[in-house]
Amino acid sequence: MRAADAIVKALEYEGVEHIFGIPGGAIIEVYDALYDSSIEHILTRHEQAAVHAADGYARAKGKTGVAFATSGPGATNTVTGIATAYMDSSPLVVMTGQVPKTMIGNDAFQEADTTGITMPITKHNYLVTDERELLKVVREAFYIASTGRPGPVLIDLPKDVTTADIEFDYPVEINLPGYKPKIKGHPKQIKNAAEEIVKSERPIILAGGGVILSNACEELRKLAETIPAFVVTTLMGKGAIPETHPLSLGFIGMHGSKYANYAVMDADLILAVGCRFSDRTTGNVSEFAPEAKIIHIDVDPAEIGKNVRVDIPIVGDAKLVLSELIKYIKYKQRKEWENKVNNWREKYPLKYTQNERTIKPQYVIEKIYELKPDAIVTTEVGQNQMWAAQYFKVSRARQFISSGGLGTMGFGFPAAMGAQVAFPESTVVDIAGDGSFMMNIQELATCVDYKIPVKVCILNNMFLGMVRQWQELFYDERYSETCLRCKEMSFEKIAEGFGAVGMTVEKPSDVEDALKEAFEIDAPIVIDFRVERLENVYPMVPAGASLRDIIDEEY
Amino acid sequence: MKRIIAVLVENKPGVLARVSSLFRRRNFNIDSLAVGTTDREDISRMTIVVRGDDKTVEQVIKQLNKLIEVIKVSDLSENSVNRILALIKVSANTSNRGEIIEIANIFRARIVDVARDSLIIEITGDEDKINAFTNLMRQYGIKEFVRTGVISMARGSKVVEAKV
Repeated sequence: MRAADAIVKALEYEGVEHIFGIPGGAIIEVYDALYDSSIEHILTRHEQAAVHAADGYARAKGKTGVAFATSGPGATNTVTGIATAYMDSSPLVVMTGQVPKTMIGNDAFQEADTTGITMPITKHNYLVTDERELLKVVREAFYIASTGRPGPVLIDLPKDVTTADIEFDYPVEINLPGYKPKIKGHPKQIKNAAEEIVKSERPIILAGGGVILSNACEELRKLAETIPAFVVTTLMGKGAIPETHPLSLGFIGMHGSKYANYAVMDADLILAVGCRFSDRTTGNVSEFAPEAKIIHIDVDPAEIGKNVRVDIPIVGDAKLVLSELIKYIKYKQRKEWENKVNNWREKYPLKYTQNERTIKPQYVIEKIYELKPDAIVTTEVGQNQMWAAQYFKVSRARQFISSGGLGTMGFGFPAAMGAQVAFPESTVVDIAGDGSFMMNIQELATCVDYKIPVKVCILNNMFLGMVRQWQELFYDERYSETCLRCKEMSFEKIAEGFGAVGMTVEKPSDVEDALKEAFEIDAPIVIDFRVERLENVYPMVPAGASLRDIIDEEY
Repeated sequence: MKRIIAVLVENKPGVLARVSSLFRRRNFNIDSLAVGTTDREDISRMTIVVRGDDKTVEQVIKQLNKLIEVIKVSDLSENSVNRILALIKVSANTSNRGEIIEIANIFRARIVDVARDSLIIEITGDEDKINAFTNLMRQYGIKEFVRTGVISMARGSKVVEAKV
């Protein structure tokens, strides 16, 4: 069998239903094989978007996403997408074409050292130099991408490997002597952790994206209710517990609520699950939760003790560890702590004021939430992302999709596309900024082509808003290169030019009707909300400051 | 602080690049790196000398362990036999050749090549011994110097092996 056909057959064996990508000379054989396959391929307009779409698909569905690109520029265009998936532990298999083996190293047309370039941003990668290894590599790639701490795996396929003739005997067994993800937590450590939890007076659960990746949300909620403990999340952990749950305090960190940040800083015990204590979450790490004993559960041993001191480390899969841990927990009332946190919650709510003249960005998100609380929401990066995180109350895992670690502008729209492909019946909203949306705007063509009815809501302030906010607060309002002077530009017309639906909304009183209308239309839509240009995201912990030093807007 | 780490890896193309890329990406300081196959052709052993505090070295070990092709990582900083091999080409003439050979003998170094105006000396030992000998040779004029990275093995019954 032609190796290219064997690859496609292997993908079918792995249960792949959708692939995002763009063909080219070096990968043309695989595309030829794909022509006869039941797998649906979505032709994006840029390889970066193909990888983001596969990533959005993976995050929404909990299944490994697949992207294709050709050699050279095709492969280098995937780099941002791969790095984004790597930072957020998203399972992907990316296949790239490569020049024929005999030409590797000769600077052939469209040659790039793809495995060299992607080495530090993949969980693992392969350059297949022997066609007899091909199927083993595909099998391993899917296994590695989706197990342990998930992540992107890249397979680089020289053209002459894809044309070779091979037997199709797809391996079942995997033999990776150096890869044995630890799944079960240490029983003694789990008991120790339980003891400390029961003893604690001011416990907080900090849930990260790992809770969602290991499908441990049910266990987490039960544990929180049994202790009982308030739950805060990282940005990636949004959805680990319904944010309407009385024990949920939302997300912490740079733009988390005051009450959530105060609660963490005052806790005497933090049970951190599947998180990596990033600087955006902890603030000044040496001042983070000074009185707390920290229990850290993570499937990746390297995350434990990397950023914060940990008192009880537990290496293992969150779902398994939590279901063990809960057996040793006895309910204990902590009235004083409960009151204290609830008082903070009442005293320091998230706030903004909508006037009659200009649309406040927060208002748009509240309206989206009111009208479509079940929507899958993706975000771009910057102010739009933080407002979305603050005002959209996520009720389930995999509902909120955002580039947390790498902070990739241009992620949200193609990710929304991927999520919509995974769930054609759901409403998928990309909460965007005008700066971010421009970074992958060409995907409107893909959405129109494949009838992917993503709703893009641009909070258009004609600024690179988050950078402008920093310039206002910390650089004496010296707005160096953050103003996107494009009053004359119409996102509405651009959308229409692509064959999508475009809308412009300027008045607060029109927001709700515009959204209602948009949600009724079964087509890709771009709504350009002209929002208050100088609105800032509050509260805010200045970079490098302690979470205690969170500042609010002066009212 | 210097630490010696032994790493067993699958003997595949690109593994060395993966390990060195990891050190650069995580901002770890590598002092030396020696690599060669073990008694099994499919497994190579790297000996890496890193500089850093306990926390850094702990991260080095954990991050190395995350590499798919890394089978085993062991800390050999304590109670181990450590060896470097160096070749030194020293200026020598009829008047001082005997003196140099005498010093070499004291260090149990070997003369492996003799020319009219130079000698090549082969010496093995730990870092201190190599440094001490090199310093003594300076007075005669070192024309060329090459050394390997440290290789290391734990003393006693402790064995670094791949159970595959």
